[in-house]
Amino acid sequence: MSWIETLRTSLDAIRSHRLRSALTVLGILIGIAAVILTVGLGEGAQAQVTSEINALGTNLLVVTPGSTTSSSGVRGGSGSASTLTVSDATALASHTVAPDVAAVAPTTSRSESLTNGSTNWTTSVVGSTPSWLTVRARTVSEGRFLTEQDETGDAAVAVIGSSTAQELFGGVDPVGRTFTVNSLPFTVVGVLASAGSSSQTNEDDQAIVPISTAADRLFGGTTRTAVQSIYLEATSSDTLSAAYQEADQELLNTHHITNPASADFSIASQQSLLSTATSVTQTLTVLLGGIAAISLLVGGIGVMNIMLVSVTERIREIGLRKALGASPPVIRRQFLVEAALLGLTGGILGALVGIAVAVLLPHFISATVTVSPLAAIGSIVTAICIGIVFGVYPASRAAKLAPIDALRSE
Amino acid sequence: MTVPIHYARPIPPPLPIPVIELTDIRKVYKAGSLEVEALRGISLRIDEGEFVAIMGPSGSGKSTLMHILGCLDVATSGRYQLAGEDVGDLSELDLAEIRNRRIGFVFQQFNLLPSLSAWRNVELPLCYAGVPRAERKARAIETLTRVGLGDRIAHRPGELSGGQQSRVALARALVNRPALLLADEPTGALDSHSTNDVLDVFAGLHEQGHTIVLITHEEDVAERAERIIRLRDGLIESESGVLA
Repeated sequence: MSWIETLRTSLDAIRSHRLRSALTVLGILIGIAAVILTVGLGEGAQAQVTSEINALGTNLLVVTPGSTTSSSGVRGGSGSASTLTVSDATALASHTVAPDVAAVAPTTSRSESLTNGSTNWTTSVVGSTPSWLTVRARTVSEGRFLTEQDETGDAAVAVIGSSTAQELFGGVDPVGRTFTVNSLPFTVVGVLASAGSSSQTNEDDQAIVPISTAADRLFGGTTRTAVQSIYLEATSSDTLSAAYQEADQELLNTHHITNPASADFSIASQQSLLSTATSVTQTLTVLLGGIAAISLLVGGIGVMNIMLVSVTERIREIGLRKALGASPPVIRRQFLVEAALLGLTGGILGALVGIAVAVLLPHFISATVTVSPLAAIGSIVTAICIGIVFGVYPASRAAKLAPIDALRSE
Repeated sequence: MTVPIHYARPIPPPLPIPVIELTDIRKVYKAGSLEVEALRGISLRIDEGEFVAIMGPSGSGKSTLMHILGCLDVATSGRYQLAGEDVGDLSELDLAEIRNRRIGFVFQQFNLLPSLSAWRNVELPLCYAGVPRAERKARAIETLTRVGLGDRIAHRPGELSGGQQSRVALARALVNRPALLLADEPTGALDSHSTNDVLDVFAGLHEQGHTIVLITHEEDVAERAERIIRLRDGLIESESGVLA
């Protein structure tokens, strides 16, 4: 009996038990769709994190305050200290101290309410220096960025993100207009070009002001010279580790720390941020994928169950087919093809459902789902394999039936 | 596997006689510790073109004998030669081929597949014989026409009467031009009118030269055969008719 003939017979059998076949297919469908979605969610999250970290800038090092030990010996957590200051940033900017550092941008930020007449908008106000623009690899779409004069003159000027501009000034060109923060009026001198990433921490919603203005006129307080982070841009990707060494050495010196293990700051490279974030999302993907794989396994056992029921129910038919000349291999093949067809149908439908949900899902939750063609094809192949693997046992049971026993059974 | 070319020829290709030769066939069924001897030494010879009826009360072993003749079951001991070939030596695959090509079996309950139309039921043995599709359909329709069902080829078994269903079963048994036609109480489920119709078909096939073995417990059905073999308790009780 030819393969086409076997296929036709199997299709007939599937068609004559529509409901049962549909339920079996449903089991596989859900499993495959779940796998595609979870893997897609994981890959989407990874791509998102990667683009977010890349959006920070290129050849970037980030210095953050470390822990401090109080006079009573209590050690604070990482980032608890205000050990980094503007003068650290100034020191690192020196080409003799750190020749491989191209630009330095200390930043300090706080969430503040911005008011324009009756409109107000709460966003993060970032105090930084003119080099912020190059270090963070951003551009200005309108007006200009902060200048040295703004910095030295404690000028009350701000460059705002495009989202902030929209929220605060509507469609009106914001350059030259003013808004107030804590009753201090700021003049908008420029608008940042959109970062274009769908990142969670909205790079397009912030207001950049001179760090001196932020420290002296806006935030105030005893820790006003402290900065939350210092962004360093290495001269090239090759000098990134050299820049790291130089910055580390210089900060240890200026902070009078002899033992590097007790440093009151930490330096992270973009690469290390990336690998940390990636490992987190990978763990998540593996976890979700594992759960999806279990549902696929359950679907496979469903196929086996249905095929066993099918063999038992069609025992007379099998007997008859054997009496008419079907050999055991032919019977085995028929049931295997039937199981594989159920798997294939479930796989294709599951892939379609998975892709459809992957397309629709980002409209409802803030998640990116990346479905690679490889994952879709792979899962369909997996579904066929599941059909075959779980069809082998029922098929061999059908093939082994003695024709007369099969015919006699009622 | 070769396919007979002159399929329109009503008489099967000549085979070495006898068609069936049984020598001291025994069949023992084991049910737990209990052994039941269904056949206790049957020796029998059926020649080409014979029309034989096997009779006997229930439990006499006639169904067991029929299943062994049809290669659906294997004898515990003894020798069965089908057209000169010793069936006992054959593998499961060879047996499948014998059932497919040498034997046409009409079951008591007809055993038609309810989801398939009449001609799809009839073509089944040809599927397993590897006959191409177009030829299968032509032969199935031709055979259905021969048994008088040419106008019912697309009907499903559920849409056919008992007599018509038995003809479909008969057409399925005949379609691969077997050397031997076996029928297990083919009229058991039919009224007297349909019974006569079906027996007329058998008589016609006999006239065309088919070798037919038929099981029945009705005397008037058995009388249509040339030769009647009566079984009792697993042994041949008597034989009537001409021995070739």
